[in-house]
This record gives sequence, structure tokens and C-alpha cells, in this order.
Amino acid sequence: MHLSLVPALLVAAAVVAILSLLIGPVSLGPATVLAALVGRGDPIDVLIVQELRLPRTLLALMIGATLGLSGAALQGLLRNPLAAPSVFGAPSAAALGAVIALAAGVTDVLSFTLPVAAILAAFLSVAALFALAGRQANMLTLLLAGLALSSLAGAGVSLALNLAPNPFAALEIAFWLLGSLEDRSFRHVAMAAPFLAVSWALLLATRGDVRALTLGEDVAATSGVNLARLRWLTLVGVAAGVGAGVAVSGVIGFVGLVVPHLVRPLVGHDPARVHVPAMLAGALLLSAADCLARIIPATSEIKIGVVTALIGVPFFIWLVLRRRRDDLLQSTGGAP
Amino acid sequence: MSLAVRKLTVHLGTRAIVSDVSFEIPPGALAFMVGPNGAGKTTAVRAAAGLVPASGRVVIDGQDLTGLAAHARAHHLAYVPQGHVAHWPLAVRDVIAVGRRPGVSSLGPRRRDDDDAIDAALASVDAVHLANRPVTELSGGERARVMLARALATNAPLILADEPIAALDPRHQLAVAGLLKRLAGEGRTILAVVHDLALAARFGDRVLVMCDGRLVADGPPAEVLTDSVIADVFGIEVARFDHAGQRGLAPWAVREPTGAAP
Repeated sequence: MHLSLVPALLVAAAVVAILSLLIGPVSLGPATVLAALVGRGDPIDVLIVQELRLPRTLLALMIGATLGLSGAALQGLLRNPLAAPSVFGAPSAAALGAVIALAAGVTDVLSFTLPVAAILAAFLSVAALFALAGRQANMLTLLLAGLALSSLAGAGVSLALNLAPNPFAALEIAFWLLGSLEDRSFRHVAMAAPFLAVSWALLLATRGDVRALTLGEDVAATSGVNLARLRWLTLVGVAAGVGAGVAVSGVIGFVGLVVPHLVRPLVGHDPARVHVPAMLAGALLLSAADCLARIIPATSEIKIGVVTALIGVPFFIWLVLRRRRDDLLQSTGGAP
Repeated sequence: MSLAVRKLTVHLGTRAIVSDVSFEIPPGALAFMVGPNGAGKTTAVRAAAGLVPASGRVVIDGQDLTGLAAHARAHHLAYVPQGHVAHWPLAVRDVIAVGRRPGVSSLGPRRRDDDDAIDAALASVDAVHLANRPVTELSGGERARVMLARALATNAPLILADEPIAALDPRHQLAVAGLLKRLAGEGRTILAVVHDLALAARFGDRVLVMCDGRLVADGPPAEVLTDSVIADVFGIEVARFDHAGQRGLAPWAVREPTGAAP
């Protein structure tokens, strides 16, 4: 099943990506778009497709893949289906890092130092989460630690909004809270790409070790898994991915939570086989959400972060309800 | 493969959970570690497996485990933890494959000899019928057998098991204790924490008695599980009987310690 899953997701993501190139204020037919993509046809059409629509589509694919992969890696490491960067406030922390760097005048919105600041903040927040929750973290400890860090990052961004010198600055900060892929250029793609590539390499390298963790850290450690290495790979990989993503797109939540769940039953619940399908499904989901954000009629364009939250939060609630049912089963004589 | 533990000490804060424990288990021996709750049995076994920071030395066949990398150590020993956690509903076969090839990526397809080892391990714990079931849906006893099968499938010469028998029904308790005995006879060295003194006395080649973090008795069951040791360490009295030409014991009544040091 796994073998056919990956090509199927690849095809689906490609189809949605091409669809997303068709959407925009200027109506262009599929033939025109495909021709413009290879630089043929009306120069204006070529400009619209290559300079305006293509970067947006690429960013949706890249960031979606990163979020899906981050969720899969975190859930594998923490053996916790509710683990995801957004649940633990990593994107908010990255946004705070970016806002602080901008407010302090260290960087501007198109400089490489911006993702670096966001990555640094995301790293601190995930490291703090691991430290707070401890090694044998159970679900409750982890979620409480995540809640605390998420609230702290939220308060930090609110403070920045509060202290904003003028409405324009406040508006710019608000941008980080509402993830968006509007008006992105290849400059943004180039800014995020190296960091996202590092993130993918690190997180994919964790695949071989997470299966042993199914049986807990003691069995994993005595089966030859280097737990310290695994934690570092995941920590730096998630921070690089989330930080670089937030630096170009703002906070886009819940993709990392939802996507691993969707693909997990399709790979026999094997935590080592979730990563690649989660990447592809993340790219697919975020591209689709970005299409949706542009299609929904509204006075101004709906932000993609709002769309993913509207999809993600009900899903999160459904997960909680399902856990409650499982707990109920177990306390009435089911398998311990 | 012999196991030698020398002056093993584990501190939790300022309190010594395990203090100055030394013992040696010869190749092919089945040793049971017994002791009241909180005696430090689990910590001692986890420290021997390199899972908790400890002072002292753990030597397997002359090789000091302390300095070994995780994957090198995994070739020497398999550990069966208490509680038998399983976080994802993986198929039992996939669970048993964990640890088959320490240091080699688990992403590639399984090899023929891996499947053979998994089948043999499943058969020896009477769990062939569970092979394709999700591990999270097993009963406590079934899961205990699967976890033991995982340790067997690694082919590690030393098995450290924390209460591998506790969750089992009487039939499987006897079957698994008998299996451990057989495995030891085939050359594996086994140290298992148990609470069941009757099984320890009947099946063990050696019994190690822990109390308050110390090893207070160590030797063949007949020499170690005396009335005075059992009274002092556990505060109970045992009934002794003969059955089919063998001596057996069964916990019988609560009693106060004699006061004599074991």
C-alpha cells in the first residue's frame, strides 16, 4: 500500500499545484498558463505566471511539506499523536523572533537574517518544551508545557503589538499572526529554501530510529538507538523548518497536526513510514488550502493561516474526543 | 556470555537507590532477582543495561559495557522493561523486529533470516497466532509474551528482563519460566526480576535477593531462599512441600522479621 501511496500523493500534489497556478485576479486558461510556465505566449501572461503565481505555489508546496514532516517527526519522537509544532507554540515563538528582529531594526523583511531570527526563537521554544516536559514526558505534561510556551510566545507578540510605534508597524506584526502566501516572490523562495532543505535532511534522518521508540525509550536505547542524536536531529530540524516557514509565510498552524494522522492508517501506523507521505500530503493540503483562501469570495483575501486553523481546530477536537473514548475503553477492561 | 556487575551504585538526588551491588552470573545461567517493592530491583537491572547513570562496572564476557556506543551494547544485551508500553498500533511482527539489527537502518526490507528469527521467537512464547495483530489490542499477558519474544529475536546473548512473568496467567507463567530455563540451557545468560518466590525457587539456577538497595543474598535457590532470609526480607513465612521428587515452596503467612541479619 505504501508503494502506491507515494506516487498517488505526488500526482495529487502536482495536480493541485497546477490548479493553483490557474487561480488569480487575471483569468488565464490552462493552456495559457502551461505555455507561460515555459516562457511562451504573451509576456504579461508569462510575468504573471512566473513571477507572481509560481513563487506562491512553490512556497505552499515547500512549507506544507515542511509542516507535515515536522509533525510526523515530532509525533514519532514523542510517541504522541497530539504533538505538532503549532500545538507547542513553535510557530508563535518563531513569529515573535521575527517581530523582535524587525522591531530592533536588525533585519528587513527580505533579508536572510529574518529566517535566522525566527529559527533561533523556534529552537529556543522547542528546546524549552523538551526541557520542561522531561524525558519520560506523558501526554499531559507535554501538552501543559506546550500550552505554557505557546501562551508565553502569544503574550510576547501581543506585547510587541501593544508597543508598536504606529498603526503600520502594528499591521506588519499582525501579518505574522495571520499566515499568508499573498504577494510572495522568488526572493522569498530563495530566502526559505536553504533552511527548509536542511530541515528536511535532518528530519528524514530520524526515520530509522522512531520505530523502536514505539516500545518506549528503554527498549529503543537498548536496541541501539542513540536517543540524544535523535532528539537533536528533531529539535534542529523542526526549528529550521518552522522558523524558515514562518519567516516567509507567517504562522500557519495545524498542518503538522492533521497530516500525519491522515497518512498514518495508510502506512500501517508505522512511525518510520509516516514521514515521506506526510511531506507530500502536507504539500497537497497547504496548496489546496491556499487555493481555497483565494477562491472564497470575501472583501479582502482570506489568510491561509485562518483557513488551516478552521480546518485544524475541529480536527484537534475530534482527536481529543477519540482519545476520551479510548481512555474509556481501557478503564472498563480493555487492553491496558 | 557471563555477566559481572561490580560495585554498582545508583543515586537519586542524595539517596542511594542501589548501593554497592556486585554479582556475577556465569554463561548459560538463569538468575532471578527477588525482593520486596522498592528494594531497587528495577533500578539495578536498568543500571546493568546502561539505562540509568550509575557508578561501578558492568562487564559482559570481559567487555566493559560502560564505554560502548548504544548500537554496540545492543549486540550484547536485550532488555525487557516492566509495563510493556506500546505507543502505536504496529503489527506484532514489526514490534518483534525492533532491535534485530542494531546500528543498521530499520527502513529497508526485512531479510529472510529476520523473518525466521521472528517466527521462531513467536513460536517459543506460544504467540504465532498474534503475529499480525496490532500490538495495542493485545491483552496484558499477550503483550508480555510478545515483549519477551522481541528480546529473544535479537539473539543477544544476555537478556535482562524486568518482571517478564508478572502479567501472565498461571499456565503462561509456568510456560515462560520454563522457556527462560530452556534458553539458559541453550547458552543464553538471563537475569529476570520476579516477585514469585515459588517460580524463582523451582526454575532459577541462581537467586539474587535485594533489600533496601543492597544485595543481601546470592546463590542457588536452596541455599538462598531459607526461612530466615524470607522472613527478614519479605516478612512472610513459606510452606515447603515435596512434589514429584522436587522441593517446592509457597508463600503462606505474614510474620514479623526474626531480627537476625540474613
